[in-house]
Amino acid sequence: MKTPALNEMYWLVKREFWEHRGGFLWTPVIVGGVFLLLNLMGIIAGEVLGGHFNGHANFIGNNMHLFDRALTGADANKIGAGLDIMMFSTSALVSIVLGFVVFFYFLGALYDDRRDRSLLFWKSLPLSDSATVLSKVVAGTILAPVIAVICGVLTGIGMLLLFAVTLSFHGIGVWQLLTYAHPFRVTANLIGAIPLYTLWALPATGWLLLCSAWARSKPFLWAVALPVAVGLVLWWFNLLGGRIMGGNWYWHDVCGRILLSVFPGGWIGPQHYADLGGTVDHTMDFLSLANAYSVMGTPSFWIGAVAGLALLAGAIWLRRWRDDN
Amino acid sequence: MSTNANTVVSARGLSKRYKNAAALDNVSFEIQPGRIVGLIGPNGAGKTTALKAILGLTDFQGELSVLGLDPRKQRGKLMEQVCFIADVAVLPRWIRVREAVDFVANVHPRFDRKKCEAFLARTKLQPEQRVKQMSKGMIVQLHLALVMAIDARLLVLDEPTLGLDILYRKQFYQSLLEDYFDENKTIIVTTHQVEEVEHILTDLMFIRDGRIVLDADMDAVGERFAELMVGADRTAEARALKPIDERQVFGKSIFLFDGVARAQLEALGEIRRPSVSDLFVATMKGTYA
Repeated sequence: MKTPALNEMYWLVKREFWEHRGGFLWTPVIVGGVFLLLNLMGIIAGEVLGGHFNGHANFIGNNMHLFDRALTGADANKIGAGLDIMMFSTSALVSIVLGFVVFFYFLGALYDDRRDRSLLFWKSLPLSDSATVLSKVVAGTILAPVIAVICGVLTGIGMLLLFAVTLSFHGIGVWQLLTYAHPFRVTANLIGAIPLYTLWALPATGWLLLCSAWARSKPFLWAVALPVAVGLVLWWFNLLGGRIMGGNWYWHDVCGRILLSVFPGGWIGPQHYADLGGTVDHTMDFLSLANAYSVMGTPSFWIGAVAGLALLAGAIWLRRWRDDN
Repeated sequence: MSTNANTVVSARGLSKRYKNAAALDNVSFEIQPGRIVGLIGPNGAGKTTALKAILGLTDFQGELSVLGLDPRKQRGKLMEQVCFIADVAVLPRWIRVREAVDFVANVHPRFDRKKCEAFLARTKLQPEQRVKQMSKGMIVQLHLALVMAIDARLLVLDEPTLGLDILYRKQFYQSLLEDYFDENKTIIVTTHQVEEVEHILTDLMFIRDGRIVLDADMDAVGERFAELMVGADRTAEARALKPIDERQVFGKSIFLFDGVARAQLEALGEIRRPSVSDLFVATMKGTYA
């Protein structure tokens, strides 16, 4: 039995999906498909030119180097890790695309319907502005990444199968090699990271939605130019010898967070990787959920989330009172 | 004056300023249930601002109660009982007929899906059709089907037929009267196409420069205003009665009088009930000058 509020949220999110089916669904599907196609082309080119798997052509965007690396180490762990990284890497590509989709989705979410005046239709329905804005947050930082993960995992599995089939032509019992990989673990890691993403993205979600609700025109320019201009002013003051605020702190923890947090994986810094040993063996540990969630132990993570919620409250207020003319 | 408990809209001292121009200037009025009110005024007179205030889309000074609710604070609750069609073509361009019906059916507690589907069956609209593939007239048909299936107490129409051809316009008002309007519902309509609504209105409200310059029901309008056609020989006598407007047709003069006794006028010539558009033009003289 669904409560009315949940039912309302379900339909609001569904509406977002209807409107943005192209960005949320077709974009990751097409990216995954193109990725598989590129790899297939690489394999075929390799077969024709080299006749041996070491001769696979390195197309832009294909995974041959990872694959070759996976096969150079003889022990099963390394092969397994290599295959897992390969699966992660397909998801990484889809994730980058997801970041762009979500960025522009939020920028338009509270702006496009004001521009084409369909706002007046939505406002003629008994829906609260908080529910409307919240539904866009859910669509952008839960629904879209869920779809992206599914597409990324399917693409990764598709690629594993592609390689398995190719290698079996060469008499390598690759079906057995594949058992060294951990597709379920990789999938679980990716799905498990979605709540982290939702929280991590909050500063950007809030800022972009605020700009979207506020701008009378060109929300992109406001969203990007404003924080960059502030950064330049800070930099200039520091240049003059003033010590107002650390410039690096601003670029990294303010500007970066409110603009780039919609890109998944921003929580894993290069430092973590080195701390863990920095070799292939440690890659799975590095990408594990426990490691990812360790970012929740930092105060800046929670400060960012709270700031994001405040920005969202501002976006809701603007949505309520911003006139369409 | 105490407000009737059933009063649909009650405004007192409503004011709204944009930068330095007053869109609404201390306006007071009441609208009772079962009425069709025409809110009529020139461009920029404050019609849309008044409607936006009623719908809780804009802030304002003064007191305003719509169905007993404050549109500024209780907008969510209010919109269960209020529908509006703001101008043609505000339906989102990407939405399909099926999606629009599904969505409204699931978020509006007073929406009757069967009714809506029955209205749609009378049109050429297809479930999979998107708004961007429709003509303006078809978009209005869809919007009207959605709105008429909602059991609301107040329907607000802001220029609902702008840019439609005559067939769609006639059909629009006909559907509203035949399939929607009853004594429990109230309709407020603004339009420039006065001729098309004047025979369905029960009340008339003229607004000019943010003020209500006429607020009366149609019977009262008929009693108060009279159009008099006078031969050339008696125009001086007619002018002495201070008409609010005068024009010439086929060598005769037509005068418009406000609150002059019938008997006095009948002695001079033929009396007619003035059309709303003539009344409007006379009242708004000099607006754009």
